[in-house]
Amino acid sequence: MTSNGLLQIGLYLIVLAVLIKPLGHYMALVYEGRSNWFTALLAPLERLLYRIFGVRSEDEMSWKTYTFAVLAFNAVGAVFLYLLQRLQHLLPLNPQGFAAVSADSSFNTAISFITNTNWQGYGGESTMSYLTQMAGLGVQNFLSAATGMAVLVALIRGFIRHNATTIGNFWVDTTRSILYILLPLSVIFTIVLVSQGVVQNLKPYQTTPLMQGTTAVEQPSGKTTPVNEQSIPGGPAASQIAIKQLGTNGGGFFNVNSAYPYENPTPLANFLELLAILLIPAALCYTFGKMIGDTRQGWALLITMFIIFVPLLLLCYYSEMVDIPAIKTLAASIDYGGNMEGKEVRFGVANSTLWAAATTAASNGSVNAMHDSFSPLGGMVPLFLLQLGEIIFGGVGSGLYGMIILALVTVFVAGLMVGRTPEYLGKKIEAFEMKMVSLSILIPSVVILLGIGVAVVVKAGVAGIANPGAHGFSEILYAFTSCANNNGSAFAGLSVNTPFYNLILGFAMLIGRFSVIVPVLAIAGSLAGKKLVPAGSGTLPTHTPLFIVFLIGIIIIVAALTHLPSLSLGPIAEHLQAIK
Amino acid sequence: MTRKAKKGLFDWGLISRAFVDSVIKLSPLYQIRKPVMFVVEVGSVLTTMLFVYSFFADIGESQLFVVMVSLWLWFTVLFANFAESMAEGRGKAQAETLRSSRSDVKARLLSSPQRDAKTTMVVSSTLKKGDHVLVETGDVIPSDGEVVEGVASVNESAITGESAPVIRESGGDRSAVTGGTLVVSDWLIVRITANPGETFIDRMISMVEGAKRQKTPNEIALDILLAGLTIVFLLATVTIVPFSIFSVKASSHGAPVSVTVVIALLVCLIPTTIGGLLSSIGIAGMDRMIQANVIAMSGRAVEAAGDIDVLLLDKTGTITLGNRQATEFIPAKGVDVRTLADVAQLASLADETPEGRSIVILAKTDYGIRERDIHALGARFIPFSAHTRMSGVDMDGREIRKGATDAVQEYVRQQGGVFPIDIIGIVEEVARQGATPLVVAEGKRVLGVIRLKDIVKGGIKERFAELRRMGIKTIMITGDNPLTAAAVAADAGVDDFLAEATPEAKLKLIREYQGGGRLVAMTGDGTNDAPALAQADVAVAMNSGTQAAKEAGNMVDLDSNPTKLIEIVEIGKQLLITRGTLTTFSIANDVAKYFAILPAAFVGIYPELGMLNIMRLATPYSAILSAVIFNALIIVLLIPLALRGVKYRPLGAEALLRNNILVYGLGGIVVPFIGIKVIDMIISALNIL
Repeated sequence: MTSNGLLQIGLYLIVLAVLIKPLGHYMALVYEGRSNWFTALLAPLERLLYRIFGVRSEDEMSWKTYTFAVLAFNAVGAVFLYLLQRLQHLLPLNPQGFAAVSADSSFNTAISFITNTNWQGYGGESTMSYLTQMAGLGVQNFLSAATGMAVLVALIRGFIRHNATTIGNFWVDTTRSILYILLPLSVIFTIVLVSQGVVQNLKPYQTTPLMQGTTAVEQPSGKTTPVNEQSIPGGPAASQIAIKQLGTNGGGFFNVNSAYPYENPTPLANFLELLAILLIPAALCYTFGKMIGDTRQGWALLITMFIIFVPLLLLCYYSEMVDIPAIKTLAASIDYGGNMEGKEVRFGVANSTLWAAATTAASNGSVNAMHDSFSPLGGMVPLFLLQLGEIIFGGVGSGLYGMIILALVTVFVAGLMVGRTPEYLGKKIEAFEMKMVSLSILIPSVVILLGIGVAVVVKAGVAGIANPGAHGFSEILYAFTSCANNNGSAFAGLSVNTPFYNLILGFAMLIGRFSVIVPVLAIAGSLAGKKLVPAGSGTLPTHTPLFIVFLIGIIIIVAALTHLPSLSLGPIAEHLQAIK
Repeated sequence: MTRKAKKGLFDWGLISRAFVDSVIKLSPLYQIRKPVMFVVEVGSVLTTMLFVYSFFADIGESQLFVVMVSLWLWFTVLFANFAESMAEGRGKAQAETLRSSRSDVKARLLSSPQRDAKTTMVVSSTLKKGDHVLVETGDVIPSDGEVVEGVASVNESAITGESAPVIRESGGDRSAVTGGTLVVSDWLIVRITANPGETFIDRMISMVEGAKRQKTPNEIALDILLAGLTIVFLLATVTIVPFSIFSVKASSHGAPVSVTVVIALLVCLIPTTIGGLLSSIGIAGMDRMIQANVIAMSGRAVEAAGDIDVLLLDKTGTITLGNRQATEFIPAKGVDVRTLADVAQLASLADETPEGRSIVILAKTDYGIRERDIHALGARFIPFSAHTRMSGVDMDGREIRKGATDAVQEYVRQQGGVFPIDIIGIVEEVARQGATPLVVAEGKRVLGVIRLKDIVKGGIKERFAELRRMGIKTIMITGDNPLTAAAVAADAGVDDFLAEATPEAKLKLIREYQGGGRLVAMTGDGTNDAPALAQADVAVAMNSGTQAAKEAGNMVDLDSNPTKLIEIVEIGKQLLITRGTLTTFSIANDVAKYFAILPAAFVGIYPELGMLNIMRLATPYSAILSAVIFNALIIVLLIPLALRGVKYRPLGAEALLRNNILVYGLGGIVVPFIGIKVIDMIISALNIL
């Protein structure tokens, strides 16, 4: 590890920390419906939207109605996105004349984008028309992010309210998330990105002659063809990249995502895109504390996230810098000062590992380096961050509500240990809450384990593996973990654009997303109906270092106990083989 | 009986019966109610079948290994059953004692509630609510009831363990009688208040037996969490089979993980420690209540006791000794103190209340005024009445009165006198100091004030401080005026008080606290306490109290000791703490078990994974077996803890959590590393695997 690299990582963490409070405060104002910086400008637009769509903003929803609205809204989005892909060859804004996307790939991509996963089995610049990118994928980037934020806000209301039957209005929460938070930030960010050289046009791809011709070798026949010109893709990329980073979507406009110069051209662009990954998920912790009237609670969860994140990040960085003989044979670039295989020279090891950790801690999933090429332990860090359940920052909204679920488990065990019916934020945690908490932890884990179990033994599953041995196992492990936790980053190395993977991963994403959202909303409804218990000296404080330590312990143990067998057969075995 | 039945934790009679019970409890129909242990039993059956099968075909692993794993899995289930049987055993022994006192007796059924009414001899079990029976000296009272006529002394030792007889009489707060108790003298006419099978003893029996034991709310929630974890671990272990099939191909050596190993790993990972001991903890908690001579009507009430935020306590009898004592005579302006003492003594000579006696004693000790014979003086005693709120004597045309300030004030005014201003000052001063002022007047002349002081019980202040550390607010309830109440409250160290309390005011206070989200406990014995008891979340009725109070409460204290609530709260908390700590311990154990089993299971596939064998266990077989044996033995080792409960200390939540995390969390990680290593050393020394 170099001091320069550590300095860059430190700078990143400091800038992030500084931005949390102002943004978190602003978002609290938005969700509480109080006047804020943009009220004068956007409130009339908000009212107009409600009039157009017939939303009665003052109408409150029960948790069941809220859940129905979430599910219906996402179902409509999925159908629309599916049809758009299937019919793109008939629709305008398709200068490259791309054909309709295959049925299984369209299904996978539709689910992927409504679930905020943005797993991509396709290559953007060779598959999707500009219209599909803008009206389909771009729109869902906003909507899926807003859905996660709305569900979080509903859960927060469950803690704030007492003896109440309603948890807010989904349409209002979604509209406000987009209008006041995602849209303004995206506009600003898009302009900055364009200034750095990210493309934003509707032109057909450009073809230019190569300065120096080369030859393409076709595998496995060995047939060679001379290559003398290059096709340079364009498109409305900047606007989509802004929201893909901010909304923890991560679906790249181009196939290689933020490793591509048109998506991530300069060190400054890289820094800002990195910042955008964790910005909203981190700031929402402050919003949470602010809204429940005790910012210490928000800070406690945020500190928990940082304490888990930073050591893992450093482990990843360290593993990519350390000299492992077995890796040296793979990557000649070790002389450069680190394992450079699969990394952009522009970014180097520090920024690549920082991105890898951030994008998997948050359920972003965009990449600026290929995780498949990381050293075994370096690659295990992003994998383990996924296995933690996308709660270390996690997705916008979804990360924090996932963290709150784990806080409920902690409160339950800790609460029993102090001899009281467990309480969190003044609400008693009883059988119904524990049932929902168990379901939301259980189902995604089951999906991952069963999915991998099936994929590693059926022919269609093992067919796509690029690397032999333990590394091949890691590739499948990573794919399912990423999808079921709605991250969407790929370890790569696994060919997933097959009917088998498109379908099985599509279902993994779908179940992984909504098997958490529905229990969370049920918890919100149940909590809102409860009495508020005032804290006394017998009440377990949930903002102290002790609680944070216990919470970290529970998070690590729950994830480790579920995934240790698979980690042993994947990255751990690979690492031990390499250092032998 | 309960007092005499106090047995040590381990009693050979109980243990041998528990052995038999734990085998009977292997029935799958019984185990299915406990999801964690059910999974272990299924694992035991599967490994047993595999062992049988190994005689007919090659299963690719050591037969001895399979049978050892299978046996130890059976032991795991048996040990958990044994823990439960031990917990139940004590209750069963007590239930038998109780049953013997319930056995049918003859009862004299009266045709009407009169002594001379026609009687028919019937069997006690045929008595219904509303029947009237006559009981005389030597009779066993046939069922629960209320005395409608007569006074008798009753031996209630069958219920309370207290052999001194108590007085039961019609009307007032001593009218309730319990079936199974013995009339020692005189007679009573009792109206039966319970139908057969619903009497107090019946309820006690069903409670100590655990027959009607329902899972408490926190137990249900914990069960759900444990079931969830079990399913996750089930999937995490079962999927090891396909994972290892793939890995065998990838590494091209070794063999896929066997069924025995998967089952062993599964049983080690699922929270068997807490899953096996969960029901014992609940039963033992109820048992501790019985040891404390408290009958709880439901486990829910016991658990709620641990959550109490506010505790309402009657002043008299709970915080202070029942009687106030005279400590000073304060004369009015221009009155000699001896005159006051003399008159006060005269007024109290015939007053047999403890307050009255203390005035006579004070007059003698402080001013040497001897007791006089009131009849010789030709005095007529005017007893205290709730209406006049005064008492006194009339003699030789003198009218001496003592009583509450406003009552005497009114009396003096009627006599045409003026109530002196300085007396009002004295009265307020006395009240402010927490004493009760008693004004003495002769005719229209006010002579002065007697200071009656409440004596706060010894040690009560420390108990309230303890409650405060538990996070429980204490509120004293008294009929006194606010000034007196405030002073006593300060003396006793309660947090708050409700003065001039009426039944309505008590009820309102409880509702207010509950409205604010707090859980309220109270003790009471009188019929006028019944509404408040019914409203409180935890309501402890005194066994000496009225039937109405007992029915309104959800616990009955057989010792009729109002400070018992503190013990009840401790037991409730202990119950939750024991569950929480064992859950933490159980899950923390898994870390070591992974380090024992995973390298053993995978070392054939990736020899490098042998490096994870940080305990340096001898062989894969011995490693896995050691983990299984540890997992079974730890249940046995923790039985005493489950039955006794984890000690509760009123430290405040943060300190309590820190201690428990250190002991059971950190300890739970470390202990199995040592335990498994030791067992492995023994296995390799025996050289069996």
